Amino acid sequence: MTTNRRKSIWVFGDYRNYYQNRVTLQLIARAVALAKTINAEVCALIFGHEIDEWIMEYTAHGADRILAIDDPALKSYSTEKYLAIIERLARERDPEIILIGATDFGREFAPRLAKRLKTGLSADCVGLDITEDGLLLQIAPSFGGNMLAEIVTEFHRPQMATVRPGTFKEIPHDYERTAIVERLPLMKGLPKPRVRLIEYERSVEKEHTIENASVIVCGGRGMGNKEKFKKLQELARLLGGDVGATRPVVYAGWAEHNVLVGQAGKHIKPKILFSFGISGAIQHTAGLGEADFIVAINKNPQATMLKMADVAIVGDASDVVNNLIKELKKRIRE
Amino acid sequence: MKLVVCIKQVPKVTELPWDEKTGTLRRDLASGMMNPACKHALEAALQIKENHNASITVITMGPPAAEEMLREALAMGADEAILICDWLLAGSDTFATSLVLKEAIKKQCPKFDLILCGAYTADSETAQVGPQLAEELDLPAAAYVEKMEITGKTLRVRRLVDNFRETLEMEFPALVTVSMENYKPRYTSLAGLENAFDQKDVSVLDAKSLGLSSSSIEQKGSRTRVRKVFLRKAQKGNVVLQGAASNVVHEFLDRYQRKIGTVIGKSIEEKKQHDDK
Ligand SMILES: Cc1cc2nc3c(=O)[nH]c(=O)nc-3n(C[C@H](O)[C@H](O)[C@H](O)COP(=O)(O)OP(=O)(O)OC[C@H]3O[C@@H](n4cnc5c(N)ncnc54)[C@H](O)[C@@H]3O)c2cc1C
Ligand SMILES: Nc1ncnc2c1ncn2[C@@H]1O[C@H](COP(=O)(O)O)[C@@H](O)[C@H]1O
Repeated sequence: MTTNRRKSIWVFGDYRNYYQNRVTLQLIARAVALAKTINAEVCALIFGHEIDEWIMEYTAHGADRILAIDDPALKSYSTEKYLAIIERLARERDPEIILIGATDFGREFAPRLAKRLKTGLSADCVGLDITEDGLLLQIAPSFGGNMLAEIVTEFHRPQMATVRPGTFKEIPHDYERTAIVERLPLMKGLPKPRVRLIEYERSVEKEHTIENASVIVCGGRGMGNKEKFKKLQELARLLGGDVGATRPVVYAGWAEHNVLVGQAGKHIKPKILFSFGISGAIQHTAGLGEADFIVAINKNPQATMLKMADVAIVGDASDVVNNLIKELKKRIRE
Repeated sequence: MKLVVCIKQVPKVTELPWDEKTGTLRRDLASGMMNPACKHALEAALQIKENHNASITVITMGPPAAEEMLREALAMGADEAILICDWLLAGSDTFATSLVLKEAIKKQCPKFDLILCGAYTADSETAQVGPQLAEELDLPAAAYVEKMEITGKTLRVRRLVDNFRETLEMEFPALVTVSMENYKPRYTSLAGLENAFDQKDVSVLDAKSLGLSSSSIEQKGSRTRVRKVFLRKAQKGNVVLQGAASNVVHEFLDRYQRKIGTVIGKSIEEKKQHDDK
């Protein structure tokens, strides 16, 4: 063991939905930026069976080091097995920071890991930075509209955070990059898991995904009622896009939960976003990280959503929707 | 069988004022309700009770006003209610909350078979307390549970995580966090509610009775600290359009129809009206 080992930022490699969800790559990218400030290395963890593909991907996307355990016993995800493994590795190697994607798995796994390592964890960060004194600054939405909280874990290590998919941009791949790949054997004497996986299968219900739509028409409480909200569907269809919604709208049953946009829902990256009757609470706008061009309609000229928009239309949301539909029908040439 | 349900009171309104100094929520200003996911967890427990001869203890850590929510839980069918209430515990993060819940469970119902939590709370939505409580008590656990079957000492659960349908099994004692997919909470009648206020008692515990002193809370308590809360700044310098909707829409499309057309791969143009009918 070296005594003056470099600090390390660990990123948990969550690969099982890689093609839908690239949160691990996004976290590696952010870790690379943070690592520069505190002179650390970025280390990606991969546990599984036949994992060379991920080793290559994480290397190409910016990891300096890979800790990989490739073993048939790790063929399917297991909270307990992964916990036991990372707990050991973390005790041996003392990472400064551990970042975990806020997938369902990550959100079940991270709190238990934090508890085992007796350290803090902040959930669903929308920003990560380094403070003047070298701490991980965990920026998370706070209950209460437009507030963000800066959270630090001062006295315990590692500093841990979960981050929603879509929060950061990945670094473009570069297959010339190299990393130190440490292939470790599965440790001996890990406790036997007490939760048995009887059956699992990829869900056949097709996930309605709005994450990849290039036009999204989002509606909020300001749409007034379910009938008026439905009009958004027509506008979206004209624009070849999808409808998104805020939480009150979903709670009111005007829209399905799978189109919720924000901290608790989808992160979207449309080329054009229309936002109708939405105030712009942080939990909602947290999901708009990568919208290129935002057109917002609100009757309140002070609404945050208008301030975030490229084009801010002050007026009644329904009136504007109806006029847009009418006018687009006239103007669009097939 | 002995079931414990951890429930939390959350504000009814979503926009609550902040105490700028401490960076915590002014919970004192909110009238509360039982967190929806917690209510689903309680419903799941009630259904188990109906089929398996079980008793249910509900526990909350919260302000004195949370007693009302405990009464509601009793009216729904819980047998016993515990309120952990102490200003020393205010502002606890999930690390501290799960520690306190463990101490209360160890003291009041050490012989439990199953602990049920909500999957997440509406006010903080960390979804951390359940899994951390499982660690504290060293229990097999599963989050986001939609369905449960019990055979003898074995619990079988179904859940949907990250697009995978999973069936898991574990032995009691165990912990689950219950999602809102299934287990729609039952309706409580007003009479039942009034009864619960008259008849059953709520036990109140403070930090000291759980063996937690202010210094042990400092040592064992919250790991994270909120440095500050702040308003997010608006991001863009924008074009503002105002006026009658039809005019605004014309102006908007005249200016941006090219851009929109490119994105949707169709041409959008003002049609010249040739026919003068
Ligand atoms: C832990 C947590 C997680 C959350 N996660 C999410 C999430 O993922 N997604 C989400 O969306 N929310 C989330 N929320 C809720 C969020 O804080 C806001 O409450 C929500 O986004 C507000 O939705 P809204 O803008 O539709 O409604 P409101 O805030 O009520 O805003 C309505 C807007 O419509 C305008 N309006 C009213 N009438 C008209 C009209 N006729 N024409 C034009 N404009 C009009 C009003 O001026 C106002 O600006 C979360 C909250 C918490 C506590
Ligand atoms: N103060 C509390 N008292 C009792 N149970 C709680 C408390 N906070 C959280 N829980 C439980 O943990 C679940 C998840 O909460 P959270 O981690 O805040 O999203 C809730 O649904 C409750 O079952």
